[in-house]
Amino acid sequence: MITGTALVLDEPLSLWGGVDPASGLIIDVHHPQRGAAIGGRVLVMPSGRGSSSSASVLAEAVRAGTAPAAILIGEADLILAIGSAVAEELYGVRVPVVVKPLDRLARIRDGMVLQIGPRGGVRRASA
Amino acid sequence: MRLVVRAAQATGATELIDIGAAHVDSCLYHGEATLDFVRRLVDGRARVAVPTTLNVGALDLLHPELYRGDPRVAERGRLLMDRYRSLGARPTFTCAPYQLADARPALGEQVAWGESNAIAFCNSVLGARTNRYGDFIDVAAAVTGRVPNAGLHRTEARRATLVLRLASDVPPALRDADELFPVLGIVLGRRAGSAVAAIDGAPPGQSEDRLKALGAAAASAGSVAMFHLVGSTPEAPSLDAALQHRPPLRVEMIHLADLRAARDELTTAAGDRLRAVSLGTPHASLGELERYAVMLGGRQVHPDVELLVSTGRDTLAAAAERGIRERLREAGAELLVDTCSYIAPILRPGEGAVMTDSAKWAYYAPGNVGAEVVLGSTAECIRSAVAGRVLRDDALWGAA
Repeated sequence: MITGTALVLDEPLSLWGGVDPASGLIIDVHHPQRGAAIGGRVLVMPSGRGSSSSASVLAEAVRAGTAPAAILIGEADLILAIGSAVAEELYGVRVPVVVKPLDRLARIRDGMVLQIGPRGGVRRASA
Repeated sequence: MRLVVRAAQATGATELIDIGAAHVDSCLYHGEATLDFVRRLVDGRARVAVPTTLNVGALDLLHPELYRGDPRVAERGRLLMDRYRSLGARPTFTCAPYQLADARPALGEQVAWGESNAIAFCNSVLGARTNRYGDFIDVAAAVTGRVPNAGLHRTEARRATLVLRLASDVPPALRDADELFPVLGIVLGRRAGSAVAAIDGAPPGQSEDRLKALGAAAASAGSVAMFHLVGSTPEAPSLDAALQHRPPLRVEMIHLADLRAARDELTTAAGDRLRAVSLGTPHASLGELERYAVMLGGRQVHPDVELLVSTGRDTLAAAAERGIRERLREAGAELLVDTCSYIAPILRPGEGAVMTDSAKWAYYAPGNVGAEVVLGSTAECIRSAVAGRVLRDDALWGAA
Protein backbone atom coordinates (compact mmCIF):
# COMPACT_ATOMS: atom_id res chain seq x y z
CA MET A 1 0.00 0.00 0.00
CA ILE A 2 1.34 3.41 -1.03
CA THR A 3 0.07 6.58 0.61
CA GLY A 4 0.66 10.10 -0.68
CA THR A 5 -0.83 13.54 -1.05
CA ALA A 6 -2.33 14.29 -4.45
CA LEU A 7 -0.66 16.84 -6.71
CA VAL A 8 -3.28 17.44 -9.40
CA LEU A 9 -1.65 18.84 -12.53
CA ASP A 10 -3.72 21.26 -14.58
CA GLU A 11 -1.87 20.22 -17.76
CA PRO A 12 0.12 17.18 -18.88
CA LEU A 13 3.79 17.26 -17.88
CA SER A 14 6.82 15.92 -19.71
CA LEU A 15 9.18 14.68 -17.01
CA TRP A 16 12.17 15.33 -19.26
CA GLY A 17 12.53 19.07 -19.67
CA GLY A 18 9.71 19.42 -17.15
CA VAL A 19 11.21 18.14 -13.92
CA ASP A 20 14.70 18.43 -12.48
CA PRO A 21 15.41 14.93 -11.12
CA ALA A 22 18.02 16.29 -8.70
CA SER A 23 15.43 18.41 -6.86
CA GLY A 24 12.08 16.97 -7.99
CA LEU A 25 10.87 20.47 -8.91
CA ILE A 26 8.79 21.29 -11.99
CA ILE A 27 11.00 23.44 -14.27
CA ASP A 28 8.81 23.69 -17.40
CA VAL A 29 8.25 27.45 -17.73
CA HIS A 30 5.11 26.84 -19.80
CA HIS A 31 3.53 24.66 -17.10
CA PRO A 32 1.06 26.36 -14.74
CA GLN A 33 2.55 24.50 -11.75
CA ARG A 34 6.17 25.45 -12.33
CA GLY A 35 8.10 25.32 -9.07
CA ALA A 36 5.95 22.62 -7.44
CA ALA A 37 7.76 19.64 -5.86
CA ILE A 38 6.66 16.21 -7.11
CA GLY A 39 8.74 14.16 -4.64
CA GLY A 40 6.58 11.76 -2.60
CA ARG A 41 3.33 13.12 -4.07
CA VAL A 42 0.67 11.21 -5.96
CA LEU A 43 0.93 12.89 -9.34
CA VAL A 44 -2.46 13.15 -11.07
CA MET A 45 -2.47 14.11 -14.75
CA PRO A 46 -4.72 13.64 -17.76
CA SER A 47 -1.96 12.23 -20.00
CA GLY A 48 1.77 12.11 -20.58
CA ARG A 49 3.46 14.61 -22.86
CA GLY A 50 6.58 15.39 -24.76
CA SER A 51 9.94 13.77 -24.53
CA SER A 52 10.78 10.10 -24.92
CA SER A 53 13.52 10.73 -22.32
CA SER A 54 10.90 10.93 -19.57
CA ALA A 55 11.46 7.24 -18.76
CA SER A 56 15.08 8.01 -17.85
CA VAL A 57 14.10 11.03 -15.79
CA LEU A 58 11.60 8.95 -13.81
CA ALA A 59 14.23 6.27 -13.13
CA GLU A 60 16.78 8.90 -12.16
CA ALA A 61 14.29 10.60 -9.84
CA VAL A 62 13.69 7.24 -8.14
CA ARG A 63 17.44 6.79 -7.72
CA ALA A 64 17.79 10.33 -6.35
CA GLY A 65 14.80 9.96 -4.02
CA THR A 66 12.82 12.77 -5.67
CA ALA A 67 10.26 10.63 -7.54
CA PRO A 68 6.53 10.84 -6.97
CA ALA A 69 4.99 8.10 -4.80
CA ALA A 70 2.67 7.14 -7.65
CA ILE A 71 1.32 8.49 -10.93
CA LEU A 72 -2.39 8.45 -11.75
CA ILE A 73 -3.00 9.10 -15.41
CA GLY A 74 -6.00 9.34 -17.71
CA GLU A 75 -4.53 7.34 -20.59
CA ALA A 76 -1.93 4.58 -20.80
CA ASP A 77 1.59 5.98 -21.25
CA LEU A 78 4.22 3.48 -22.28
CA ILE A 79 7.10 5.85 -21.54
CA LEU A 80 6.14 6.29 -17.89
CA ALA A 81 5.23 2.61 -17.47
CA ILE A 82 8.67 1.53 -18.69
CA GLY A 83 10.47 4.15 -16.58
CA SER A 84 8.67 2.79 -13.56
CA ALA A 85 9.48 -0.84 -14.46
CA VAL A 86 13.19 -0.11 -14.95
CA ALA A 87 13.42 1.84 -11.70
CA GLU A 88 11.86 -1.05 -9.82
CA GLU A 89 14.27 -3.49 -11.47
CA LEU A 90 17.35 -1.35 -10.72
CA TYR A 91 16.49 0.07 -7.30
CA GLY A 92 13.68 -2.07 -5.92
CA VAL A 93 11.38 0.94 -5.50
CA ARG A 94 7.90 0.76 -6.97
CA VAL A 95 6.29 3.91 -8.41
CA PRO A 96 2.99 2.59 -9.73
CA VAL A 97 1.65 4.22 -12.90
CA VAL A 98 -2.09 3.64 -12.69
CA VAL A 99 -4.51 4.39 -15.53
CA LYS A 100 -7.92 5.66 -14.40
CA PRO A 101 -10.79 7.16 -16.39
CA LEU A 102 -10.72 10.94 -16.59
CA ASP A 103 -14.02 11.29 -14.71
CA ARG A 104 -12.52 9.41 -11.76
CA LEU A 105 -9.39 11.58 -11.86
CA ALA A 106 -11.59 14.69 -11.96
CA ARG A 107 -12.94 13.84 -8.50
CA ILE A 108 -9.46 13.99 -6.96
CA ARG A 109 -8.67 17.35 -5.39
CA ASP A 110 -5.20 18.70 -4.88
CA GLY A 111 -4.01 17.90 -1.37
CA MET A 112 -6.24 14.85 -0.82
CA VAL A 113 -4.41 11.98 0.87
CA LEU A 114 -4.71 8.87 -1.31
CA GLN A 115 -3.90 5.22 -0.87
CA ILE A 116 -2.90 3.08 -3.82
CA GLY A 117 -3.26 -0.65 -3.38
CA PRO A 118 -1.01 -3.35 -4.89
CA ARG A 119 -3.47 -3.89 -7.75
CA GLY A 120 -3.89 -0.22 -8.58
CA GLY A 121 -6.99 0.43 -6.47
CA VAL A 122 -7.15 4.07 -5.41
CA ARG A 123 -9.01 5.35 -2.39
CA ARG A 124 -9.04 8.33 -0.12
CA ALA A 125 -7.19 7.71 3.12
CA SER A 126 -9.47 8.15 6.11
CA ALA A 127 -8.62 11.25 8.08
CA MET B 1 12.77 -9.33 -23.31
CA ARG B 2 11.12 -8.79 -19.96
CA LEU B 3 10.78 -5.10 -20.78
CA VAL B 4 9.24 -5.86 -24.18
CA VAL B 5 6.71 -8.17 -22.54
CA ARG B 6 6.01 -5.51 -19.92
CA ALA B 7 5.40 -3.08 -22.76
CA ALA B 8 3.00 -5.54 -24.36
CA GLN B 9 1.06 -5.69 -21.09
CA ALA B 10 0.98 -1.91 -20.83
CA THR B 11 -0.32 -1.54 -24.39
CA GLY B 12 -2.72 -4.47 -24.28
CA ALA B 13 -1.00 -6.30 -27.15
CA THR B 14 -1.32 -10.06 -27.40
CA GLU B 15 1.52 -10.69 -29.84
CA LEU B 16 4.95 -9.37 -30.79
CA ILE B 17 6.09 -8.41 -34.28
CA ASP B 18 9.56 -8.18 -35.87
CA ILE B 19 11.10 -4.79 -36.53
CA GLY B 20 13.53 -3.85 -39.30
CA ALA B 21 15.48 -1.14 -37.46
CA ALA B 22 15.68 0.90 -34.26
CA HIS B 23 16.62 4.42 -33.21
CA VAL B 24 17.79 4.60 -29.60
CA ASP B 25 17.40 7.71 -27.46
CA SER B 26 18.75 6.13 -24.25
CA CYS B 27 22.31 7.32 -24.95
CA LEU B 28 21.63 10.79 -23.50
CA TYR B 29 22.86 11.01 -19.91
CA HIS B 30 20.19 11.95 -17.36
CA GLY B 31 22.02 10.80 -14.23
CA GLU B 32 23.49 7.57 -12.93
CA ALA B 33 20.27 5.61 -13.52
CA THR B 34 20.95 5.73 -17.26
CA LEU B 35 24.42 4.23 -16.73
CA ASP B 36 23.12 1.68 -14.20
CA PHE B 37 20.71 0.43 -16.86
CA VAL B 38 23.19 0.06 -19.72
CA ARG B 39 25.67 -1.64 -17.39
CA ARG B 40 23.18 -4.49 -17.05
CA LEU B 41 23.01 -4.82 -20.83
CA VAL B 42 26.79 -4.71 -21.25
CA ASP B 43 27.31 -7.22 -18.41
CA GLY B 44 24.77 -9.52 -20.06
CA ARG B 45 26.70 -9.25 -23.36
CA ALA B 46 23.68 -7.81 -25.15
CA ARG B 47 24.01 -6.81 -28.83
CA VAL B 48 21.51 -5.07 -31.05
CA ALA B 49 19.66 -7.49 -33.33
CA VAL B 50 18.64 -4.94 -35.98
CA PRO B 51 20.38 -1.93 -37.62
CA THR B 52 20.30 0.69 -34.86
CA THR B 53 21.04 4.41 -34.98
CA LEU B 54 21.81 6.48 -31.89
CA ASN B 55 20.20 9.73 -30.81
CA VAL B 56 22.04 12.77 -29.46
CA GLY B 57 24.18 12.45 -26.34
CA ALA B 58 25.34 14.88 -23.69
CA LEU B 59 28.29 16.28 -25.58
CA ASP B 60 29.83 16.85 -28.98
CA LEU B 61 32.45 14.10 -29.26
CA LEU B 62 34.02 15.77 -32.30
CA HIS B 63 34.25 19.22 -30.66
CA PRO B 64 34.29 18.45 -26.90
CA GLU B 65 35.80 21.85 -26.11
CA LEU B 66 32.37 23.40 -26.71
CA TYR B 67 31.06 21.88 -23.46
CA ARG B 68 30.92 24.46 -20.66
CA GLY B 69 29.42 22.40 -17.84
CA ASP B 70 30.74 20.15 -15.07
CA PRO B 71 33.55 18.01 -16.58
CA ARG B 72 32.46 15.03 -14.48
CA VAL B 73 29.00 15.13 -16.04
CA ALA B 74 30.61 15.36 -19.49
CA GLU B 75 32.69 12.27 -18.70
CA ARG B 76 29.62 10.31 -17.56
CA GLY B 77 27.78 11.46 -20.70
CA ARG B 78 30.65 10.32 -22.89
CA LEU B 79 30.81 6.96 -21.11
CA LEU B 80 27.09 6.40 -21.75
CA MET B 81 27.51 7.19 -25.46
CA ASP B 82 30.44 4.72 -25.63
CA ARG B 83 28.43 2.01 -23.86
CA TYR B 84 25.63 2.22 -26.43
CA ARG B 85 28.14 2.09 -29.23
CA SER B 86 29.57 -1.08 -27.70
CA LEU B 87 26.16 -2.76 -28.05
CA GLY B 88 26.66 -2.58 -31.82
CA ALA B 89 24.62 0.56 -32.48
CA ARG B 90 25.83 2.99 -35.13
CA PRO B 91 27.30 6.18 -33.64
CA THR B 92 25.11 8.58 -35.60
CA PHE B 93 24.31 10.72 -32.52
CA THR B 94 21.56 12.62 -34.28
CA CYS B 95 17.94 13.42 -33.45
CA ALA B 96 17.22 13.41 -37.20
CA PRO B 97 18.12 9.86 -38.31
CA TYR B 98 15.60 10.31 -41.14
CA GLN B 99 18.16 12.58 -42.84
CA LEU B 100 20.52 9.60 -43.30
CA ALA B 101 19.72 7.97 -46.63
CA ASP B 102 20.68 4.50 -45.38
CA ALA B 103 18.71 4.78 -42.13
CA ARG B 104 15.35 5.84 -43.56
CA PRO B 105 12.75 3.12 -43.16
CA ALA B 106 10.44 2.48 -46.08
CA LEU B 107 6.72 3.27 -46.26
CA GLY B 108 4.91 0.72 -44.10
CA GLU B 109 8.08 -0.70 -42.51
CA GLN B 110 7.83 -1.67 -38.83
CA VAL B 111 10.54 -0.06 -36.66
CA ALA B 112 11.12 1.01 -33.03
CA TRP B 113 12.19 4.62 -32.77
CA GLY B 114 12.84 6.82 -29.76
CA GLU B 115 13.17 10.65 -29.70
CA SER B 116 9.85 12.42 -29.89
CA ASN B 117 10.53 14.43 -33.08
CA ALA B 118 11.94 11.38 -34.89
CA ILE B 119 8.90 9.32 -33.89
CA ALA B 120 6.54 11.94 -35.32
CA PHE B 121 8.60 12.21 -38.52
CA CYS B 122 8.91 8.45 -38.96
CA ASN B 123 5.16 7.86 -38.77
CA SER B 124 3.92 11.01 -40.42
CA VAL B 125 6.45 11.85 -43.12
CA LEU B 126 8.06 8.50 -43.94
CA GLY B 127 4.91 6.45 -43.34
CA ALA B 128 7.01 3.87 -41.46
CA ARG B 129 5.46 2.55 -38.27
CA THR B 130 6.61 3.10 -34.71
CA ASN B 131 5.02 3.78 -31.37
CA ARG B 132 6.34 6.38 -28.93
CA TYR B 133 9.23 4.33 -27.63
CA GLY B 134 10.96 6.02 -24.74
CA ASP B 135 14.29 5.35 -23.12
CA PHE B 136 15.02 1.72 -22.10
CA ILE B 137 12.26 0.20 -24.25
CA ASP B 138 13.93 1.54 -27.41
CA VAL B 139 17.11 -0.42 -26.70
CA ALA B 140 15.13 -3.42 -25.42
CA ALA B 141 13.42 -3.48 -28.83
CA ALA B 142 16.76 -3.09 -30.64
CA VAL B 143 18.25 -6.02 -28.70
CA THR B 144 15.26 -8.34 -29.10
CA GLY B 145 14.26 -7.14 -32.59
CA ARG B 146 10.63 -7.27 -31.50
CA VAL B 147 7.88 -4.98 -30.26
CA PRO B 148 4.27 -5.44 -29.16
CA ASN B 149 1.84 -5.39 -32.06
CA ALA B 150 -0.11 -2.40 -30.81
CA GLY B 151 -0.90 1.23 -31.46
CA LEU B 152 0.63 2.84 -34.55
CA HIS B 153 2.08 -0.46 -35.75
CA ARG B 154 -1.50 -1.23 -36.77
CA THR B 155 -3.25 0.45 -39.69
CA GLU B 156 -6.46 1.32 -37.86
CA ALA B 157 -4.64 3.35 -35.17
CA ARG B 158 -3.10 5.59 -37.86
CA ARG B 159 -6.48 7.01 -38.79
CA ALA B 160 -7.02 10.69 -38.02
CA THR B 161 -9.76 11.13 -35.43
CA LEU B 162 -9.37 14.89 -35.16
CA VAL B 163 -9.49 17.36 -38.05
CA LEU B 164 -7.77 20.72 -37.54
CA ARG B 165 -8.65 23.19 -40.27
CA LEU B 166 -6.88 26.48 -40.91
CA ALA B 167 -9.59 29.13 -40.70
CA SER B 168 -10.24 31.64 -43.48
CA ASP B 169 -8.56 34.45 -41.49
CA VAL B 170 -5.14 32.74 -41.82
CA PRO B 171 -3.62 34.67 -44.74
CA PRO B 172 -2.42 32.73 -47.82
CA ALA B 173 1.15 34.03 -47.42
CA LEU B 174 1.35 32.60 -43.91
CA ARG B 175 -0.05 29.23 -45.01
CA ASP B 176 3.03 28.69 -47.15
CA ALA B 177 5.68 30.37 -44.98
CA ASP B 178 8.50 28.62 -43.08
CA GLU B 179 7.49 30.34 -39.86
CA LEU B 180 4.00 28.85 -39.86
CA PHE B 181 5.11 25.29 -39.24
CA PRO B 182 6.77 25.42 -35.79
CA VAL B 183 3.90 27.54 -34.45
CA LEU B 184 1.26 25.31 -36.05
CA GLY B 185 3.03 22.38 -34.38
CA ILE B 186 2.54 23.93 -30.95
CA VAL B 187 -1.19 24.35 -31.62
CA LEU B 188 -1.35 20.78 -32.96
CA GLY B 189 0.35 19.39 -29.84
CA ARG B 190 -1.99 21.30 -27.51
CA ARG B 191 -5.16 20.34 -29.36
CA ALA B 192 -4.33 16.74 -30.24
CA GLY B 193 -2.53 15.50 -27.11
CA SER B 194 -1.84 11.93 -28.14
CA ALA B 195 -4.57 11.70 -30.79
CA VAL B 196 -3.80 11.44 -34.52
CA ALA B 197 -4.92 14.66 -36.20
CA ALA B 198 -5.23 15.66 -39.84
CA ILE B 199 -4.41 19.28 -40.63
CA ASP B 200 -6.21 20.75 -43.59
CA GLY B 201 -5.59 24.06 -45.29
CA ALA B 202 -1.87 24.26 -46.08
CA PRO B 203 -0.75 24.12 -49.73
CA PRO B 204 0.20 20.56 -50.78
CA GLY B 205 3.73 19.22 -51.14
CA GLN B 206 5.31 20.82 -48.06
CA SER B 207 9.03 20.10 -47.64
CA GLU B 208 10.53 17.61 -45.21
CA ASP B 209 12.25 20.45 -43.34
CA ARG B 210 8.91 22.15 -42.70
CA LEU B 211 7.28 18.88 -41.67
CA LYS B 212 10.22 18.26 -39.32
CA ALA B 213 9.58 21.62 -37.63
CA LEU B 214 5.86 20.90 -37.38
CA GLY B 215 6.31 17.44 -35.85
CA ALA B 216 9.04 18.49 -33.42
CA ALA B 217 6.86 21.27 -32.01
CA ALA B 218 3.79 19.04 -31.80
CA ALA B 219 5.76 16.35 -29.95
CA SER B 220 6.99 18.97 -27.47
CA ALA B 221 3.66 20.64 -26.72
CA GLY B 222 1.72 17.37 -26.81
CA SER B 223 2.49 13.68 -27.06
CA VAL B 224 1.91 13.59 -30.80
CA ALA B 225 3.41 10.47 -32.40
CA MET B 226 1.70 10.91 -35.74
CA PHE B 227 -0.09 13.61 -37.72
CA HIS B 228 -1.36 14.00 -41.25
CA LEU B 229 -0.91 17.16 -43.29
CA VAL B 230 -3.38 16.78 -46.11
CA GLY B 231 -1.59 16.82 -49.46
CA SER B 232 1.90 16.55 -47.95
CA THR B 233 2.19 13.37 -45.85
CA PRO B 234 2.02 9.95 -47.50
CA GLU B 235 -1.02 8.57 -45.72
CA ALA B 236 -3.02 11.74 -46.42
CA PRO B 237 -3.26 12.27 -50.19
CA SER B 238 -6.75 13.51 -49.27
CA LEU B 239 -8.57 14.28 -46.04
CA ASP B 240 -10.78 11.29 -46.62
CA ALA B 241 -7.74 8.99 -46.90
CA ALA B 242 -6.33 10.35 -43.63
CA LEU B 243 -9.68 9.60 -41.99
CA GLN B 244 -9.60 6.10 -43.52
CA HIS B 245 -12.98 6.93 -45.06
CA ARG B 246 -14.77 7.33 -41.73
CA PRO B 247 -16.13 10.47 -40.07
CA PRO B 248 -13.82 12.25 -37.61
CA LEU B 249 -14.67 12.40 -33.92
CA ARG B 250 -14.00 16.15 -33.83
CA VAL B 251 -13.43 19.01 -36.28
CA GLU B 252 -11.82 22.20 -34.95
CA MET B 253 -10.73 25.44 -36.56
CA ILE B 254 -7.32 27.07 -36.10
CA HIS B 255 -7.68 30.85 -36.27
CA LEU B 256 -4.98 33.40 -36.79
CA ALA B 257 -5.38 34.45 -33.15
CA ASP B 258 -4.58 30.87 -32.01
CA LEU B 259 -1.37 30.89 -34.05
CA ARG B 260 -0.41 34.32 -32.77
CA ALA B 261 -0.99 33.25 -29.17
CA ALA B 262 1.23 30.18 -29.61
CA ARG B 263 3.94 32.29 -31.23
CA ASP B 264 3.79 34.90 -28.46
CA GLU B 265 3.92 32.25 -25.75
CA LEU B 266 7.21 30.89 -27.07
CA THR B 267 8.92 34.25 -26.80
CA THR B 268 9.96 34.79 -23.17
CA ALA B 269 12.40 37.68 -23.68
CA ALA B 270 11.56 41.35 -23.98
CA GLY B 271 13.62 44.00 -25.78
CA ASP B 272 16.05 43.58 -28.64
CA ARG B 273 19.21 42.64 -26.77
CA LEU B 274 20.69 39.49 -28.32
CA ARG B 275 23.45 37.21 -27.10
CA ALA B 276 23.04 34.16 -29.31
CA VAL B 277 21.14 32.60 -32.18
CA SER B 278 20.50 28.87 -32.21
CA LEU B 279 19.54 27.07 -35.43
CA GLY B 280 19.24 23.38 -36.21
CA THR B 281 16.75 21.90 -33.73
CA PRO B 282 16.03 19.18 -34.71
CA HIS B 283 19.40 18.77 -36.42
CA ALA B 284 19.75 20.86 -39.57
CA SER B 285 19.55 19.01 -42.88
CA LEU B 286 22.12 19.55 -45.60
CA GLY B 287 19.59 21.73 -47.42
CA GLU B 288 19.09 23.88 -44.33
CA LEU B 289 22.85 24.31 -43.81
CA GLU B 290 23.13 25.49 -47.38
CA ARG B 291 20.23 27.91 -46.86
CA TYR B 292 21.94 29.40 -43.80
CA ALA B 293 25.10 29.95 -45.86
CA VAL B 294 23.10 31.57 -48.66
CA MET B 295 21.21 33.80 -46.22
CA LEU B 296 24.46 34.89 -44.60
CA GLY B 297 25.66 35.75 -48.10
CA GLY B 298 29.25 36.39 -47.09
CA ARG B 299 28.31 38.68 -44.18
CA GLN B 300 29.84 38.20 -40.75
CA VAL B 301 28.00 37.32 -37.57
CA HIS B 302 28.06 40.31 -35.19
CA PRO B 303 31.00 40.02 -32.74
CA ASP B 304 28.68 40.20 -29.69
CA VAL B 305 26.47 37.35 -30.93
CA GLU B 306 27.13 33.62 -30.94
CA LEU B 307 25.56 31.85 -33.92
CA LEU B 308 25.27 28.18 -33.05
CA VAL B 309 24.15 25.65 -35.64
CA SER B 310 23.34 22.07 -34.57
CA THR B 311 23.48 19.22 -37.04
CA GLY B 312 24.36 15.55 -37.30
CA ARG B 313 27.98 14.46 -37.75
CA ASP B 314 27.16 12.72 -41.04
CA THR B 315 25.39 15.79 -42.37
CA LEU B 316 28.33 17.96 -41.30
CA ALA B 317 30.69 15.66 -43.21
CA ALA B 318 28.52 16.01 -46.31
CA ALA B 319 28.47 19.79 -45.82
CA ALA B 320 32.27 19.83 -45.53
CA GLU B 321 32.60 18.02 -48.87
CA ARG B 322 30.51 20.69 -50.55
CA GLY B 323 32.29 23.61 -48.92
CA ILE B 324 29.19 24.61 -46.94
CA ARG B 325 30.84 24.00 -43.58
CA GLU B 326 33.66 26.39 -44.41
CA ARG B 327 31.28 29.07 -45.66
CA LEU B 328 29.41 28.90 -42.35
CA ARG B 329 32.58 28.92 -40.29
CA GLU B 330 34.05 31.83 -42.22
CA ALA B 331 30.90 33.82 -41.45
CA GLY B 332 31.52 33.15 -37.76
CA ALA B 333 29.02 30.35 -37.13
CA GLU B 334 29.83 27.64 -34.58
CA LEU B 335 28.87 24.12 -35.69
CA LEU B 336 27.74 21.63 -33.08
CA VAL B 337 27.19 17.89 -33.62
CA ASP B 338 26.20 14.85 -31.52
CA THR B 339 24.16 16.94 -29.08
CA CYS B 340 22.08 20.10 -28.97
CA SER B 341 22.39 23.50 -27.34
CA TYR B 342 19.15 23.20 -25.34
CA ILE B 343 20.14 19.96 -23.60
CA ALA B 344 23.78 20.65 -22.79
CA PRO B 345 25.65 23.68 -21.42
CA ILE B 346 27.12 24.94 -24.68
CA LEU B 347 25.98 28.55 -25.10
CA ARG B 348 28.35 31.31 -24.12
CA PRO B 349 27.04 32.98 -20.97
CA GLY B 350 25.92 36.56 -21.43
CA GLU B 351 23.16 39.11 -21.23
CA GLY B 352 20.25 39.18 -23.62
CA ALA B 353 17.98 36.83 -25.48
CA VAL B 354 18.70 33.75 -27.52
CA MET B 355 16.86 33.73 -30.81
CA THR B 356 15.79 30.52 -32.53
CA ASP B 357 13.64 29.37 -35.42
CA SER B 358 12.71 26.18 -33.57
CA ALA B 359 9.58 25.92 -31.47
CA LYS B 360 11.08 22.88 -29.76
CA TRP B 361 14.19 24.81 -28.76
CA ALA B 362 12.04 27.73 -27.62
CA TYR B 363 9.85 25.37 -25.63
CA TYR B 364 12.55 23.57 -23.66
CA ALA B 365 15.51 25.97 -23.42
CA PRO B 366 14.11 28.28 -20.71
CA GLY B 367 13.67 25.34 -18.31
CA ASN B 368 16.73 23.35 -19.36
CA VAL B 369 19.47 25.90 -19.86
CA GLY B 370 17.88 29.04 -18.42
CA ALA B 371 17.78 30.97 -21.71
CA GLU B 372 15.42 33.85 -22.43
CA VAL B 373 14.07 33.12 -25.90
CA VAL B 374 12.78 34.94 -28.96
CA LEU B 375 11.15 32.81 -31.66
CA GLY B 376 11.63 34.05 -35.22
CA SER B 377 11.85 32.76 -38.76
CA THR B 378 15.16 31.40 -40.04
CA ALA B 379 15.67 34.56 -42.10
CA GLU B 380 14.96 36.77 -39.07
CA CYS B 381 17.42 34.75 -36.98
CA ILE B 382 20.20 35.18 -39.54
CA ARG B 383 19.46 38.89 -40.02
CA SER B 384 19.51 39.40 -36.26
CA ALA B 385 22.78 37.47 -35.87
CA VAL B 386 24.42 39.81 -38.36
CA ALA B 387 22.84 42.98 -36.95
CA GLY B 388 23.62 42.08 -33.34
CA ARG B 389 20.07 42.71 -32.12
CA VAL B 390 16.64 41.10 -32.36
CA LEU B 391 14.93 41.90 -35.66
CA ARG B 392 11.44 40.54 -36.20
CA ASP B 393 8.75 41.34 -38.71
CA ASP B 394 5.21 40.83 -37.44
CA ALA B 395 3.51 41.69 -40.74
CA LEU B 396 2.97 38.08 -41.76
CA TRP B 397 1.14 37.44 -38.48
CA GLY B 398 -1.39 40.13 -39.17
CA ALA B 399 -0.05 42.67 -36.68
CA ALA B 400 -1.00 46.24 -37.45
